[in-house]
Parts: sequence; C-alpha cells; structure tokens
Amino acid sequence: MADMTQPVLSVRGVGKVFPGVKALQGVDFDLAVGEIHALLGENGAGKSTLIKVITGVHPRDEGEVLLEGRAIAPDHPGEAQALGISTVFQEVNLIPTLSVAENLMLERQVRRGGLIAWKQTAAQAKEALKTLGLEIDVNRALGSYSVAVQQLVAIARAVSLEARVLILDEPTASLDSDEIQTLFRIMRELKAKGLGIIFVTHFLDQVYAVTDRITVLRNGQRVGTFVTAELDRVDLINQMLGRELAEISAHRRRDSEQFAGLTHRIQVEGLGRKRMLNPVSLDLSGGEIVGLAGLLGSGRTELTELIFGVHKADSGRVLLDGEPVSLRSPRHAIRAGFGLCPEDRKQDGIVAELSVRENIMLALQGRRGWLRPISRGEQQALADEMIAALGIATPDSEKPVGQLSGGNQQKVVLARWLVSKPLFLLLDEPTRGIDVGAHADIIQLIKSLCAEGLALLVASSELEEIEVFADRVAVMRDRKKVSELSGDEITQDNIIEAIAQ
Amino acid sequence: MTSLHTQSEASVQHRQGLPRALMQRQWFAPLGALLLIILCMGVVSPDFLSIRVVDGHLYGSLIDVVHRGSSAALVAVGMAIVIGTRGIDLSVGSVIAISGAVMAVLISETELPPWLIILAAVGSGVLCGLWNGVLVAYLEIQPIISTLILMVAGRGIAQMITGGQIVTFHGEFFEAIGSGYLLGIPWRVLIAAAVILALWLTMRKTALGLFIEAVGGNARASRLAGIDSRGITLLAYVISGVCSAVAGIIIAADIRGADANNAGLWLELDAILAVVLGGAALMGGRFYLGATVIGVLIIQSLTTGILLSGLPSQYTLVVKAGVVLLVLLMQAPEFRRSMAAVLRRRQHED
Repeated sequence: MADMTQPVLSVRGVGKVFPGVKALQGVDFDLAVGEIHALLGENGAGKSTLIKVITGVHPRDEGEVLLEGRAIAPDHPGEAQALGISTVFQEVNLIPTLSVAENLMLERQVRRGGLIAWKQTAAQAKEALKTLGLEIDVNRALGSYSVAVQQLVAIARAVSLEARVLILDEPTASLDSDEIQTLFRIMRELKAKGLGIIFVTHFLDQVYAVTDRITVLRNGQRVGTFVTAELDRVDLINQMLGRELAEISAHRRRDSEQFAGLTHRIQVEGLGRKRMLNPVSLDLSGGEIVGLAGLLGSGRTELTELIFGVHKADSGRVLLDGEPVSLRSPRHAIRAGFGLCPEDRKQDGIVAELSVRENIMLALQGRRGWLRPISRGEQQALADEMIAALGIATPDSEKPVGQLSGGNQQKVVLARWLVSKPLFLLLDEPTRGIDVGAHADIIQLIKSLCAEGLALLVASSELEEIEVFADRVAVMRDRKKVSELSGDEITQDNIIEAIAQ
Repeated sequence: MTSLHTQSEASVQHRQGLPRALMQRQWFAPLGALLLIILCMGVVSPDFLSIRVVDGHLYGSLIDVVHRGSSAALVAVGMAIVIGTRGIDLSVGSVIAISGAVMAVLISETELPPWLIILAAVGSGVLCGLWNGVLVAYLEIQPIISTLILMVAGRGIAQMITGGQIVTFHGEFFEAIGSGYLLGIPWRVLIAAAVILALWLTMRKTALGLFIEAVGGNARASRLAGIDSRGITLLAYVISGVCSAVAGIIIAADIRGADANNAGLWLELDAILAVVLGGAALMGGRFYLGATVIGVLIIQSLTTGILLSGLPSQYTLVVKAGVVLLVLLMQAPEFRRSMAAVLRRRQHED
C-alpha cells in the first residue's frame, strides 16, 4: 500500500482566476509516494488547470505547491521537469519530423568529445523503449508512426528523466487495448519504484483498473478524495456530476416491430474495399439505432467512411428505399441525406478558425451550394436554436469553435448535421474524449433523434454505451462483420464474446 | 496581480475612448495605421495632403497613391482569396506580363474590337489560374511550388508572345484605361474598384467566402461537410488569375506597351505584404478584402510619401520596411499585450 504519511507532492489551497472565471478555488491535493492517483472531473472542472499550475504553465494566484515538503514555483514545464515533475500531455508534444531516437534523447544525447555519438544515442533510445515493450526502428521519423506509438515515446521520454512525479494527462485516448495494458504495466512498475503518478482520464474502467485513489474536481473545487476500491462506479459518477445520471441507466429497448411502418430503409449490400474492409452487409430503418462494436482497427471507422463516400468502395452498394445511392464523394452521400460525425473531431470535424455559427451552417450551405446563401438572419436563428437545444456552452455564436471544449466541439459537429436534416446519420465514436455530462447529453440526443425517425449507425468502443442505446449491434473483427445481436442478446458480455471468438 | 491583464486592456481602451466593438473590427488597426502614416507624411511635406482640381480632374499625392495602388490592389485581393484557402500565388507578376503581352500583341497586330481583346487578356488570366489551381487542388503539389513554376515560366511565355520585344501600341480606348478620367476620377481606379467590389459582394453575399475560409481552415473537414474542396481551391486560383490579368491590362495600358521582363515584377511580394498588413494569417482560414486594400494603400502611401519627403532615394526601401514592421507589430496580440503592460506600469509609477 502507498505510504500516505509523506506525500511526494502536496497542493495546498491553490486558486487560479482567469478573466471572468474562477478556474480553481482552494484546491488541496496530495500525491503519496508510490501511488497512482486519478484526477477526475467533467471538462471545465479544473483538471487541466490544476496540472498546468503544478507544472508551471500557468502561475497560481494563491496557495502553495510542495514537492517532498519544499515549496516550489516552476515558471514553465521545463523547470518542473528539472525539479522532478514529468508530464505527458494529451496532445503529443514531440517533433514529428525528427527520428524517434532524436525525440527521445533530445538534449540528453550521448556525447563524445563534444560531438553527439549517434549510435550510442540510438542504442539508449532503443533500450528505453524496450522497457515499454516497444520494439521499433528508432531511426525512423516519429511522425511516420501511429499516434499510439508517439504517445508511448512521449511516456518513455518522461519516464527516462529522473522523475519523482509523473503526470499523465489522458494518455490513453489514442491507445488500443493492448497498448493500454502495456501502459498500465509500466505505470505499476513505476509505482513500485516509488514514483507518484497523477492519471487524468475519461475512462472509468481504467480508473478502476489501475488507480489507488481518486480525487474528483467539480467547478474548480475539490469534491473529495476517495480510495478507489471503496467507491463504486455510480457513486463516482454522482460525485463528478453532482446529479443523478438516471437517464443513462433507464433505457427501455423497444422491440423491432415498432419500426415496421416507418419511412426510410437503408441497405448496405456487400460494401467493401481491398485492404480496408471485407464486404459488409447491414440493414437499417428509420427510428433505429444500430451499434457498431469492435476493437480499434476492426473496420468500424472504415465501414462508416465507405458508406459516406469518404473512400470509394470497390465492391457492393448502398440502397436507400430500394434505390442505389451514388457514393462517389461525401457530397453525393450528403445529397442522399446521409451525415457523418467523424471519429477525429479536430482533423475531420470542426473548422477551428470559423465561428460556431459558421461551423453549424457548413453542411447545410454545402448542400445548397455557394450561389444560394442562407441569409444571416436565418443562420443566426438556426445557430441559436442549436446552441440552446444541444446546450452548447459558448458565450455567443460568433466564438471560434477551436476555443470550445471537446464536448462542445462535438455538439457543434452534431448540430451541423441536425440543421441539414439528414435521414441517416453515422456517428463514429461520438462520445470519445468527452466529459461525463456532455456524454449523457449526447446519448440523450442520439435517442431523441432516433425517436424522430432518423436511422443511426453509431460506432463506439465503449460497450457500456452501446448496450445502453443500441437496438441492434453489428460486431466487427479483423475488418469484417462477425456477428449481429439484437434485443435481449445485447449485453456487454455477448459483445465481448463475439469480438473475442 | 491576477486581473492586471484585463485591467490594463480596459485602461488602454478607456484612454483611447473607443468602443470595443469598433476596435475589434478587422480593418480598424490597418486603417488606423494608414491614417497615421498619411498624417505623418502630411507633417513632413504638407503638399502630400493637398488635392486640387486641374482641368476637371483630381490631382494630388493622395490621388496618386490611389492611382498607382489600383493595380496592386487588384493583385492583392486575388492573393488574399488564395491565401484564404491556405495557399499562395507567386505567379501574379507573370500573369500580369502574360495578359499585358496578349493585349499588346492583339492591339498592334490585329483589328479585333477592344472588348474582344480585353476578353482575350482576361481569358489568359483564367487559363493561368486554372493551371495553378489544377496543380494545387488536383495534383496536390504545394502551392508555393505550383505557382513558382508559372512564376518562372510565365515571363518566358510572355516573352514568347511578344517575340522578345517591348510591344507598344496606340489606341484611344486603351489609352483611356491607362490614363483617362471619368467624372474626375481615373478610369483605372474605377475599374479596380468595380472588380474589387464585385469580388467582395461575391464573397460575402454568397457563401463562397465561407467555403473558401472553411477549405483554408480545414480542407478535410470541409470535404466531409459536403464542400467541393478541390473545386473551391481551383476557383480561388482562377479568381487570382483574373485579378492579375486585369491588373496587367491596366499596367500595359498605362505604359502603352507590354514589357514582358518588368511588368508586375516583384508585385507578388507587395501583394502578400498587403494581405498580411490586412491582418490575415498565411495559415489560411480567414481573409479580409477591405483590410487588404488598406494594406495596399499603406504600402503605396509609404512609397509615394517617402519620395515626396525629399529623403534620398537610397533610404526608401529601408524606411518602408521599418514602417511595415511597425504596423505588423501593432497588430500582433503579443506585442500589444506587453505594450499595454508597460503603459500600465508607467501609470502606476506616476
């Protein structure tokens, strides 16, 4: 058990004010030697701000931070690192054009007579990665590897410094389950060596899998610190939200008879593309939510992209009410009434520089073409309506979307499709990296859309979520559909079994 | 301590006595800089500000600034639109040379009616824009490289059209474009203003401006939202080509001849500078036509003003660069913040 008597890091009454917002108020936080401590809260609860205050990105306004009993006030993350606080931020902040070894050993290269001994440097880098179970060519450019590998390199870099405190800010968002297991193994090893680890994540499963204690923040204040083993999941969610998450648990699955009379029918017939997806067939009707389950790389995203015309399928077709739909490009799919909320919001979803209003109008305007503009008044009305309906937290509709939180960006992308009134909506990981409150909002929204007669195909890696909303579940593995579950068959256990077969 | 930042910003605004909404307008900083420069020029050489009417035409240094700036303004708004798509068009100077050459050769060697000759010259700009646009949008070659090709080859093409000579011409119609007046205002200013106004209306009263900014901001996301990213990018380069071609017509009409080697030389750099002075980022995603025109006027009034001030001509370029740097600093948020902090501190000491 962790030694609670002498915390390695201690935060006392820390406050931080941004113009108009009290981001942190009198926050206390203790990190024991050899403990993994989860820092949880909704977006905007103050997790990131607290980490930034500890690492010196932001100066604090009040309170103190003690490292092994000594007050510290680092000016920037580099100084915090020199003091022994290493941080791996959510977005990999390494240099993609440099090699893995160069990134890993930056400023710590092996020197011989003032010159860098590249061979030894590379060897050391290789060694450091080996301990993380990562055996890759360290001389290749970092950017040529997947985000997951980059993330592990960032962790390797943080760990190989003489750290006493390691802060992991949502390190698992882009890792697959094997990589997450590797990360957990490393975390436990580091913990055994006496490191204190602060672990920020949205995934409650991971909290229970690996942490010793949990500190929950809400609205910039500490709600409480709990021993993980003594706090059950429902209590934890209640602590984070400060309200009951009744709507999530109270789901009645409707029987499929109900959809019989409804309007639209989408038939995916043997849709596939070489080296991407083996032919998949799938039927959907208006008013139905079909879940798409499977591990990362199982073909979930690929299927949604083929249906939406992002890539051209080389076999099969999609029928809408019996008529083949042209899927030459997303534009064609949109014309048929399809919409896609992509998995990677930042890359494929939002246009960060444009305002909330402009982002919401984009698909509808795209469908009308540039010669038939939507009047400013109409745009404003639609944007305001969506901001209110989806509870998008923004001071006004003219704020650039890039400045909103992840959950609100996702709501903007959803709003973009809602105003264009699609009849078939594809959602790829609609709740990834989103705080619990927005999560519940989005699940609620998905259900209400379905009630209005929309057909929905929702890819998700969170089985719990699929179990909650799906009327049917298509399970993907190795780039093909392996099983379809419906009604009472839809349980997490059954889905896992289908994936694992 | 904590609210120092906001307070200092507020006090700066208070001191200037301007409502915040006005200060946040994109054209505010460039326009302020322009007025300041004109004012300074007026102090140095009072003659700079005087406008007279001679023979029913407007005369004066300020008119001269607008007169000379008109072709650069055309090129710059085209550039602004291309930069809005996260691109750049280095070929504008060469397109000027090509359209001027096409016009000069057609005037001196054929009997075609003037409107057809104008159409042919503009058409050459369309072709150049299509070439650039296809390379960038469909072959996905980096914009700086794609347009560098035409920047180099374009002058060669213009020289081939003119046969390596400077082709001169005479013709009432074209001389009027270069140096004529309508209601006291130079024709070339009216032409440039009409083209720029038409572009502004197209960008802001249709959804084209939004699409260009969306594509420049995030081409992948725009495609997934159903926007024809490639088509929009192509269109931006065509618009830039047309703008440069019209500028080429004005420049050729002005000197009554086509100089394939020198027409529009280095104009791409002034155009890029004007776009940046107008507050746009070279990363794309936003463009401002009005502010870009103000940027052109800043550059042109500097050029004209420095000449008039009696400063030895060898200082012109360095002074111009210095003032441009100053204007850019005034627009940089980081610089503004630290200046505000310095002012604040000084106030405390008082």
